[in-house]
Amino acid sequence: MTLIKTKYNRRSFLKVSSAAGGGLMIGFNWLASCQPADKPVTKAPPKEWFEINAFVKIGDNGQVTIMSPNPEIGQNVKTSMPMIVAEELDVNWSDVIVEQAHLSTIKYKRQIAGGSQSIRAGWESLRMAGATAKRLLMEAAAKQWEVPVTELTAENGVISHAGSGKSIGYGEVASAAAKIEIPEKIELKDPKDFKIIGKATKNVDGKKIVTGQRLFGLDFKKEGMLYAMIIHAPAFGMKIKDYDASEVKSMPGIKDVFTVQTAPEEPQWSDVNGFPELVAIVGESTWQVMKAKKALKVNWEQDSAPDSTDDYVARLDKAVNSGEMEVARKDGDPETAFKNAAKIVEKTYSAPFLPHNTMEPMNFFADVTSEKADLIGPIQTPESLRKSASMLLGLSEDNINVEMTRMGGGFGRRLYGNFGLEAAAISQKMGAPIKMIYTREDDMTQGTYRPAYNVKYRAALDANNELIGFHIKAAGIQDSPLFANRFPAGAVENYLAEGTRIDSNISTGAWRAPRSNFVAGAEQSFLDEVAEAAGKDPVTFRLELFEKSINNPVGEKNDYEAERYAGVLKLLKEKANWGKEAPGVYRGISAYFCHNSYVGQVVDVVIENNKPKVQKVWCAVDCGIVVNPEGALNQIEGGIVDGIGHAMYGAITFKGGSAEQSNFDKYRLIRHSEAPAEVEVFFVENGLHPTGLGEPSLPPVMAALANAMYKATGKRLYSQPFAQKDIVTG
Amino acid sequence: MATYKIKVNGKVHQVDVEPDTPILWVLRDNLDLVGTKFGCGIALCGACTVHLNGNAARSCSLPISAVGEQEIVTIEGLSEKAEHAVQQAWLEHDVPQCGYCQAGQIMSAASLLSQNPNPTDQDIDDAMNGNICRCGTYVRIKAAIKTAASKMS
Repeated sequence: MTLIKTKYNRRSFLKVSSAAGGGLMIGFNWLASCQPADKPVTKAPPKEWFEINAFVKIGDNGQVTIMSPNPEIGQNVKTSMPMIVAEELDVNWSDVIVEQAHLSTIKYKRQIAGGSQSIRAGWESLRMAGATAKRLLMEAAAKQWEVPVTELTAENGVISHAGSGKSIGYGEVASAAAKIEIPEKIELKDPKDFKIIGKATKNVDGKKIVTGQRLFGLDFKKEGMLYAMIIHAPAFGMKIKDYDASEVKSMPGIKDVFTVQTAPEEPQWSDVNGFPELVAIVGESTWQVMKAKKALKVNWEQDSAPDSTDDYVARLDKAVNSGEMEVARKDGDPETAFKNAAKIVEKTYSAPFLPHNTMEPMNFFADVTSEKADLIGPIQTPESLRKSASMLLGLSEDNINVEMTRMGGGFGRRLYGNFGLEAAAISQKMGAPIKMIYTREDDMTQGTYRPAYNVKYRAALDANNELIGFHIKAAGIQDSPLFANRFPAGAVENYLAEGTRIDSNISTGAWRAPRSNFVAGAEQSFLDEVAEAAGKDPVTFRLELFEKSINNPVGEKNDYEAERYAGVLKLLKEKANWGKEAPGVYRGISAYFCHNSYVGQVVDVVIENNKPKVQKVWCAVDCGIVVNPEGALNQIEGGIVDGIGHAMYGAITFKGGSAEQSNFDKYRLIRHSEAPAEVEVFFVENGLHPTGLGEPSLPPVMAALANAMYKATGKRLYSQPFAQKDIVTG
Repeated sequence: MATYKIKVNGKVHQVDVEPDTPILWVLRDNLDLVGTKFGCGIALCGACTVHLNGNAARSCSLPISAVGEQEIVTIEGLSEKAEHAVQQAWLEHDVPQCGYCQAGQIMSAASLLSQNPNPTDQDIDDAMNGNICRCGTYVRIKAAIKTAASKMS
């Protein structure tokens, strides 16, 4: 048992009464947002609910409602976060109903889906929410029985007093518990006593998903709502010149066509938007609006110089080959090390822009009046959206209600809420509730892409094939992919890391595992080649470097724990029988640390019909305590498939500022037949603070794949997407 | 605008829409059956898959004027309460991540199994390759289809 200070009092998020935050919610309930998740619940509905704290409501029948604070984008936090609360509350999971919380950072603090941080950042407060609720229920029972609370135990929703043999259900003391003050200190469980955490638990929305219930932003409907679509410029660097909407306005069902400005006065980081000025079309049905959108001819004019793939690729190449860069880290004397080297390995890696392609295109519902706004839809950063909407609409944040629907994928795209602002601006201008939706073409050409990147690595080996120097030069469009303090920093005596960002008017943003989604593949492919040049097994080579980093680290700021890093490699080596692969199996290995989790992977490639095919991926993961093994496995498998897919096929290219791919006819996402037949995952069991899994399995697989492809074909892969380099998988 | 009678999930509905309106938008906007999803609008991602006389069809590119007497079944009509073997298998394997593409995946899988109760891996790939999942749940989908096949046979 762990005793920790709650650090909270009655005014804290743990004890905010419904009135404090509830003022924002009055009078508006979305059809599904307040319906419970659909996992089987054994009890009949309660007559009354008692709010014990912001996370926990208990019914008079002992049923429990747990609020899921963070946006759900498919990372499964709507199941895993409430599991943590339920664990400390000590209730049967079958008695738990999960509800998606609305935006209220007073109650829930960090309500963001990003950086794989929900579980890591929420761990303590979720446990505390469950534990304090349990404590209040026990105190209520103690008061009722007139015994000290220390004589009571609670388990599975029942409080017992061993001395008298009395027991009582949570539901029977919930009313009294709701009136008790939160204690200053609270007991948390010893992780060895966990019953819910660590148990494979199914997605709480699973049944709703497989029966097609209303869940997603696109599904939202309000009586009297109109439908809206936008037209953005066909190229970055262009803006609206003029248009004649008279004919389109007379098309069936069309209510209005107008220009909207959607940039807030003081843009925040989340206000990335290449096209803040748009034409909006509003009508009575989606199809009518879609037809009008197609029919409307807008004339555009150049606003800034158009960019093209040939041009920015040349700028990136120049930057890593001859450009001046900012030195982010320098250890020892790299110049001399390279001068004295017996062998130098030098390779350059590149990757293109990538659109997010969430399967649910961007959309949002907005109902804006002169007094207030309801903004409902798929958003990873609801608080940022509220702040920007407040500026854009001229309403105070208190009068803006933001609700998160389930999201048809996020991958970073919905961190940038331009679509929410667009819906809000259109609703304000129309004076009506509207649902704005993007077509796939709008979505894929809107920007906020994973930046195009280049990185050049140099490694210096001495006569004994020891790595004595390492040099990174990294460049990216609007964002350098450099992580100067990550491995192999700390393991090489002479080390130089430089980076720079290259300008373009093509907009970029975070994309599943930002920067890591490129540098992991590049770095781990490069290390494979350096190991080969050194005549060493790639696992042995890496483990030797980790040994150095453990025993004699270079520098003080190394952003990884070498023991844990080496740990996943050792586990992987053992489980995948590294070095003993079956005949006809070509293997590549990779390991990477990002978003606080360590992941190692072995990719097995076989040749089928004269073409390489990924047969199996072996994966070792250190993410501390695994909250929900079922969801964790799914995330890891998904990241691997997604990583292979984008490394093989993903690319968006530009001509005259215009994206050359706008739908799945020209843009290739991985499909069923291209996925590995098997993924096997092994977790390091260490009982450490849990870390996230939405991102960390994607970056390393790109290198494990490239390294396996090299074994299978004899060709190193330096440039993504690999499939454009004459390699076709079966 | 024209009046059409269409049979969806065993029930005849009368709707007033333009003849070129895709069934997807009739389902979603007119009939409030939102389980069928919009993904690409050009029949290349499979999110909008329904059954047309029992065969998987992409509703985003199927105008109402072409439907006639043919029977449409959507994810909402596949079973009353997720009893269909494919839905059960999806729950057993905890397939969905974001869940958005899964209605389309399930409709394609159900159509496959109705015509080929014991599909090989190749059969599954051929039938499912039109359904994209950005979350990457393909490994689970294949396992779930095999489970459903074993339960149905």
